[in-house]
This record gives sequence, structure tokens and C-alpha cells, in this order.
Amino acid sequence: MTTTAVPAAPSADTPALDVEGLCVDLSTPSGRLRAVDGVSFSVRRGRTLALLGESGCGKSMTALSVVGLLDPAAEVTGGAVRVRGSDTLRMSPAERRKLAGPVLSIVFQDALTALNPVQPVGRQIGEPFRIHRGLSRREAREKAIELMTRVGIPEPRERARSYPHQFSGGMRQRLLIAMAVALDPDVLIADEPTTALDVTVQAQIMRLLRDLQDEREMAVVLITHDLAVVAQRADDVVVMYAGTVVEEGPVREVFSRPRHPYTRGLLDSVPEHAVRGRPLPAVPGSPPELSAVPSGCVFQDRCPLVRERCVRERPPLRASGDGRSAACHFSEELARA
Amino acid sequence: MTREEPAGADGTSPAPARHRPSWWRMLGRDRAASAAAVVLAVTTLVALFGRLVIGDRAQRQDLDASLRPPSLGEGVYGLLGTDVLGRSVLARLVDAAATTLSVAVPAVLCSLLIGSALGLWAGYHGGRRESVAMRVADVILSFPSLLVAVVVLYVFSPSALNLVLILAVARIPVYLRTARAEAAELRSRLFVDAARTFGTPGREIIRRHILPIALPTLLTVATLDFCFVMLTESSLSFLGIGIQPPDVSWGLMVAQGRQYLQTAWWITVLPGLAIVLTTVSATVLAAWARIATDPAQRWRLTLPVKRRGASAAVPPEMIP
Repeated sequence: MTTTAVPAAPSADTPALDVEGLCVDLSTPSGRLRAVDGVSFSVRRGRTLALLGESGCGKSMTALSVVGLLDPAAEVTGGAVRVRGSDTLRMSPAERRKLAGPVLSIVFQDALTALNPVQPVGRQIGEPFRIHRGLSRREAREKAIELMTRVGIPEPRERARSYPHQFSGGMRQRLLIAMAVALDPDVLIADEPTTALDVTVQAQIMRLLRDLQDEREMAVVLITHDLAVVAQRADDVVVMYAGTVVEEGPVREVFSRPRHPYTRGLLDSVPEHAVRGRPLPAVPGSPPELSAVPSGCVFQDRCPLVRERCVRERPPLRASGDGRSAACHFSEELARA
Repeated sequence: MTREEPAGADGTSPAPARHRPSWWRMLGRDRAASAAAVVLAVTTLVALFGRLVIGDRAQRQDLDASLRPPSLGEGVYGLLGTDVLGRSVLARLVDAAATTLSVAVPAVLCSLLIGSALGLWAGYHGGRRESVAMRVADVILSFPSLLVAVVVLYVFSPSALNLVLILAVARIPVYLRTARAEAAELRSRLFVDAARTFGTPGREIIRRHILPIALPTLLTVATLDFCFVMLTESSLSFLGIGIQPPDVSWGLMVAQGRQYLQTAWWITVLPGLAIVLTTVSATVLAAWARIATDPAQRWRLTLPVKRRGASAAVPPEMIP
């Protein structure tokens, strides 16, 4: 295999990843459901964008459609995913494969199942080099050992011959990260990279990701439901609810002055903010079934501010000029409150 | 965790093989597998070189020495007795080993290769390719394989090559279905997705990620199938459309000795024993290979022989 040609790297001001109006439909026995509805966001190199939302809000589905790993039951029905100026959704599988690795890559949540149990890890980490750069087995191995050193695996030369089950959870996550950054991607998608790990290891992994990001100027899309991780790590945040974006903007501002009642509810339910001796505030109810997303505002059933207008019309995601936008009819009101 | 052996410590050109205990050592730790390996090695050697040693003894008749029981007094060729024409059973067993293996081994290898390749491809890609491959397998399976063999071998000449081909085709569905099932399950594993995220094309995924996991299962199926093929060849030889005399196979020997079973058991029992020993050895060795090729199970073969004892299959932490 020869080295594959990849479109030139983007200049500093164009986004490394630009998702626009992404729609994903699911075919189910009871008909087609819209799992992701018009999601847009973009990230520049060196920046971190967090996709925040509760389980089932479509954040993983968004990530999987970006890297082209959607389940056959799901189908991208609209929108564009642009990397290096071209839309990956309209590429042939072969063109897409050229981008997979050197431009776009993903770190999965469950590191044990994401590694092949019968291959020594050194071989697996070397695989991207064999596929994209056509390196020999030995060269790929040396590269793999370099990467393992970089992500902090002790005694990498010996450990390259071990199998995934011989590593701890944190080490496995490091191996996955090594594999994902192997080809210096522009965009790294991290799909809940620390959810399966304990807290101390989580911090180490997040630090490793940040160091790698600084070193390689990657754009990172961090998918998580952990508000603390978002607050610490991300530059911008996109809050998702029931397949739609309800609020986006710089993390610091969104978290200090939320303009959507859902964001507000999430932030209020963090134990640190609670008042001692009073019940922990929570967002009441649960997200709507995809088959029963209301026609007005998606959040109307759980919203403390719900009014008649919310039932009638769905609020568009409106930009307010300061780099932020929110999908609420009453965001100004919320901001003032 | 690292079962590191000092051999790999030079650091400059670490051979991956050094990390796991060597195959020989793992084989030595499993007595049954060692015995099986010895039996198979002897059988193979006999099949390859036996004819050079015995010359035409397998066909040489001596009607005076008809139906002699096994005895020590008649020289090497009388050791296992003689058949109705006075031919040495030992010599015939040696001659038959070559014929039997030269039919069974190529037949099993052919069906293993073709069936697995098709099955992995069909299972990984799914969809229409999968349906077509599976329907072809169903069609082959829907004929009784023995009947097809009979028809085909009647129409064409019953040569060893035709026998191999018909046996191979008849057994392809077994591998095809096993390989498809494995591949269909493995393709949805996350590590296959992970390989796709850095652009590994389909055939490479099959080769690097799916084949190594499916292979031990397929090899186990192949060894079981080995005995099926030997028995089918026996049946066909018994019906007179398999191996043609004066060639002889183990199955044909069983068939020919059948009518003397009450008076001269050795003509039938000894080749039968040869079939059983070979197939059991192949199966035992396959079971060993399955464990030895699985990185998560390999430790079982590194325990000292004494401690493994009768409870070999239980991890140390589970022994009460």
C-alpha cells in the first residue's frame, strides 16, 4: 500500500471540523425516528468542543455519523460534515478511508472491547502506519513503541508484546489514545473517554489528552455527560437535548449564565451548588421518547418556564451575537433572572 | 503480569515469539497433547515413507499363510496377522495410511480454505453477499453428501482426485457456516469499528482482526471433519466406488475384512483402530492448539504439570 494523498491541512481560521445541520434517522419497527435533528457545530485546531447531554440525547450518534460508523439501522438524511473543505458524507468509502486516521479519529469509551483480544497491542497500535504509510512490520512496531512511550506506558518495548487483557483499564485507554493519535489527526473525537475509569485515572487520561492536543494542535470533540470535565477541559460547549442543540457557546459563559432552562437545570443539579439541608434540585421527568418528541419546544414537558408559545412553535437556535446561541423563546428573560 | 523470559531481553530485535512460552514447552505441559502429537507424527512419517520400506509387501499374496492371527513368531510382517489372501496386515496398514491420508488431508484442507474464505467474506460484509453464500451452502447441504458422491463417482471414474474433490465440496458448507457465524459476530465488535476509524479496508480487517479469532474454531471443526472424511471415504470404498483395489485404504480394509469378522477380527479391528487413533489424536491436538493460540487461555499451559493434575481446566483462583 502506498502513502495516500490527503487534502491539504486547513489554514488557522477555517474550522478543522464543521458539522452543519446533521440529521440522522433511525429505522425502527414502528417507523422512522429522528435521532439527531439539525445539529451544527464547528471546531478549530487546538480548541476543545464539548458535546454535553444526558444518555440518549444523540451525542454519540452525532459522533458516529461524523466518523462514518453508524449502525445500518441509522441513516444520515441531511446536513454536511466538512473536514479540510470536503464533505465526508458525500465521499466514496475509499475516499473516506483516506481521511480516517490522518484527519479524523475517535477514542472509544470501552477500551477493552475496542482492542483486539488476540493481537499483541504493539501490532494493533502499529496498524494505522501499516495501512496508511505502508511501513514494514518492524518500522510500524518501532512507531508503536514510540507512541506507547508518549502515552506513558512503562517499559513499552516489553509491553508491546502483551495482550489487551494484560493491561489495566487506564493503560488500555492510553493504548486506545495512542492508536487514535498515531497519524496526527486534525480532529480527535473522544466519546466519553473516561466514563469507564475511576476518578484518579480519569484525571490522568484527561491530562494526557490535553498534552497531546497542545503538542499536535488537534481539534478535540469531547463527548460527555460530566459537567466537571466540560468545565475543566472544554473551550466551547454544545448542549444537546432529544437530538437537538439547545444551547451553545464558550463554556465559561454558558456555565455562568445559561440561557436555556435545560442547561440551567443541569447546572443546578450539581451537588456542589446545592444548598445544605435541602433536596438536591433535579430536572424533573425524563427526556421524551424519540417517537413522541413534541412538535413545539423539545423541552416543554420538563421546563419550569413553559408557556403556551412553547407548545405551539419550536424555538430556533438563535445566535445572540456574542458567540452564543440558545433555542429558547425566553432566553433573554432567563439571562436576566 | 509479563511472563517475560530472559531470552527476549536483548532489546534490539525482539522476536514476538519469545514473549509467550515456546510451543514446545506448552506442548510438553499437556501430556495428552504430546501423545497425540507423537501419534500424528508417526502416522505422517509412515504415510510418507512407509511404502519405501515395505516395497510390494502389501500386495504380495501367500495363500498358505491365509488368515494367520497376529503372532510374534512370523517375523515383522506376521506381527499383525494376515488377511484371507495371506497378505501381511501390517504392510497393508502402512500402505493404506498413505492412501487414506492422501485423500483425507487434501479434502479437508480444500474445504477448510474455500469454506472459511467464503464464510468470512460473507459474514463480514453481510447483506446480499451473505445471502448468496448461505443459499449455496444450503443447496449443497440439502443433498445427502454420500448420495451425491455415489452419483458423481459412478458417472466419473472413481479416482482418488475425484474422491478428494467430491469430499471437499460436500464439506464446504460446514466451514462456510461456521466462518460466517464467527465473522458476523466479530464484525460488530468495537475493535473492528476501531480499525475502521483509521481506514483499514475490509479485506485487511478480515485478515488482521477476524481470521485470527475465527481460526482456532475452524481448525477444531477441521479436525472433527477429518474423521468424518475418513469415514466417508471408507463408506465409499466399501460401496466399491472409492479407493479401487489393488490400492488400499483403512476404510477399504475394514470393508474387506467384514465377512471374516467372526474368525479373523484383526483384519477389521486393526485398521479401525488406526482410524480411531488418528482422529482422536487430531482432536486432542486441536483442543490443545485452541488453548495455546488464545492469549487469555495460554496460562493454563504454563502451569507446572503437577499442579494442573485433574483440575487442569480451572483457573488457580477458582480452585476452592
